[in-house]
Amino acid sequence: MATPASVGSSSSLKNLAEIRAMIKRHKMNDTLFSIIGLLALMLGLVTLLVLFTDLILDGSDRFNLEFLSSFPSRRAAHAGLLSAWVGSFLVMMVTFIAAVPMGVAAGLYLEEYAPKNWFSDLIEINVTNLAGVPSIIYGLLALGLFVYGLGFGQSILTAGLTLGLLILPIVIVSTRESIRAIPVAIREAAYAVGATKWQVVYDHVLKYSYGGILTGVIIGMARALGETAPIITIGALTFISFLPPSPVTSEPPYLNFEWLSSGFTVMPIQMFNWLSRPDHAFHVNAAATGAIIIVVTLLMNGTAIYLRYKIRKNIKW
Amino acid sequence: MVTPTPIKAESRNLNFYYSNGTRALKSITMPLHEKRITALIGPSGCGKSTFLRCFNRMHDLYPGNQYEGEILLHPDNTNILAKAVDPIEVRMRISMVFQKPNPFPKSIYENVAYGLRVRGERNKRVIDDKVEEALKGAAIWNEVKNRLNDLAFNLSGGQQQRLCIARALATDPEIMLFDEPTSALDPIATANIEELMSELRDKLTILVVTHNMQQAARVSDYTAYMYLGEMVEFGDTDTIFTRPSKKETEDYITGKFG
Repeated sequence: MATPASVGSSSSLKNLAEIRAMIKRHKMNDTLFSIIGLLALMLGLVTLLVLFTDLILDGSDRFNLEFLSSFPSRRAAHAGLLSAWVGSFLVMMVTFIAAVPMGVAAGLYLEEYAPKNWFSDLIEINVTNLAGVPSIIYGLLALGLFVYGLGFGQSILTAGLTLGLLILPIVIVSTRESIRAIPVAIREAAYAVGATKWQVVYDHVLKYSYGGILTGVIIGMARALGETAPIITIGALTFISFLPPSPVTSEPPYLNFEWLSSGFTVMPIQMFNWLSRPDHAFHVNAAATGAIIIVVTLLMNGTAIYLRYKIRKNIKW
Repeated sequence: MVTPTPIKAESRNLNFYYSNGTRALKSITMPLHEKRITALIGPSGCGKSTFLRCFNRMHDLYPGNQYEGEILLHPDNTNILAKAVDPIEVRMRISMVFQKPNPFPKSIYENVAYGLRVRGERNKRVIDDKVEEALKGAAIWNEVKNRLNDLAFNLSGGQQQRLCIARALATDPEIMLFDEPTSALDPIATANIEELMSELRDKLTILVVTHNMQQAARVSDYTAYMYLGEMVEFGDTDTIFTRPSKKETEDYITGKFG
């Protein structure tokens, strides 16, 4: 016969009280950390929000279609953003065409085809580092390579390629990361039915990772949109009262590539130019431009988040 | 006793080395009888999955792995481990079902059709027929025939595994490899898969790795007991489970070890 267990003793009760006190003390840390975390979050968020609101209030006079459809002018009230936003748009187009196919191909190659050795490690470190190189360095490189070396001049083509180089590491890294998220089991399943490497890449790897790749591309483009330093370095014009030749024409062959070699300005440069004027009226234009850049950036990032959600919805692992 | 059938494939003095130099398989010699189920049993890490994955050259996907010896595929006597033999050609003839169900994030139909597409089949009629045949063969047709365009992920685990069997079946393989096909499934789904394997036995040669001895006893005609990369004993399942000739086999089967 086992001795019957005593129904609780005063010593075990005391223990319980101690345990409760300890849990309480430990839970204090939870509360403490959530307060610190919330403060840190608010500091960043509120600052951004205040800045954004300030820009909107300052620039509120200029939020109209006229602002978007007028060229810059010596009179602040008539000056507009037309040449700048068209310039930004065309430059972004070149950036997209230059960076996306190259970045995705490079990421795919590194992840799927490249042998894993010290050389690919070296490339990996380099690519990651490139993402952290100050953008003005890219501007200097472009000045030497595109403007003088290849003779592209201070053109839309030069600007687009420069920004393309700038976001190339972002595209490569996000491509690799989304490819890596595909489970080994899915790859093996595809190989096991007799697929070649390219069939696995094309039918599976690309199809399951393009949501992530797209997100990286959009975030890279949003960054390129706001870049100023490299564009100034390659010598974008600051006062432009003409539009580049239209890429599409009404006569065959309907496409026209003269715009690539045209002079241009982009929104952040126009903003910078207006800010450096002594006349306060121009500062209003600058504020309005700043608000527009932020809104476009937010829209792009929002699209990225939405697309990622929408595409990932059908993929579970 | 099992009625003897011709040998479909046989490994001869097979050694396998992982890229870190580990010798995972030690001179394995074993036949695979046609239209019979052969089970590989043994404790974790004994090399049974490694051995199985030699049959479709899965190890080629990872650099540095090395085969030694041969696996001959009959009747053409091809050594499927030879460098000159393309692993893709091997996988076209020998298909595989994995441990965890791994359907593609595509529709049910596309999952089964993929093997045919890889083989260059374009004719929709032919693909339709093959998909239906494979899904029927994998005993899942009735459950999915009205929703072939649904995502495969919406199926239950057991259904997903049967879909994977259909995918492996659609390409008319000569041998089908099962790598612990029921270890991620509940008992009812497991029973379904085991029944399915017995039905497939009439059509093709099966090699199955299992960690579950009862499963080996239930479904297989031949059993091989492996330990530390070596083939300890091979024989027909009844003999192995009732009168094993080696002491180690008996210890493992009776649960004294493993």
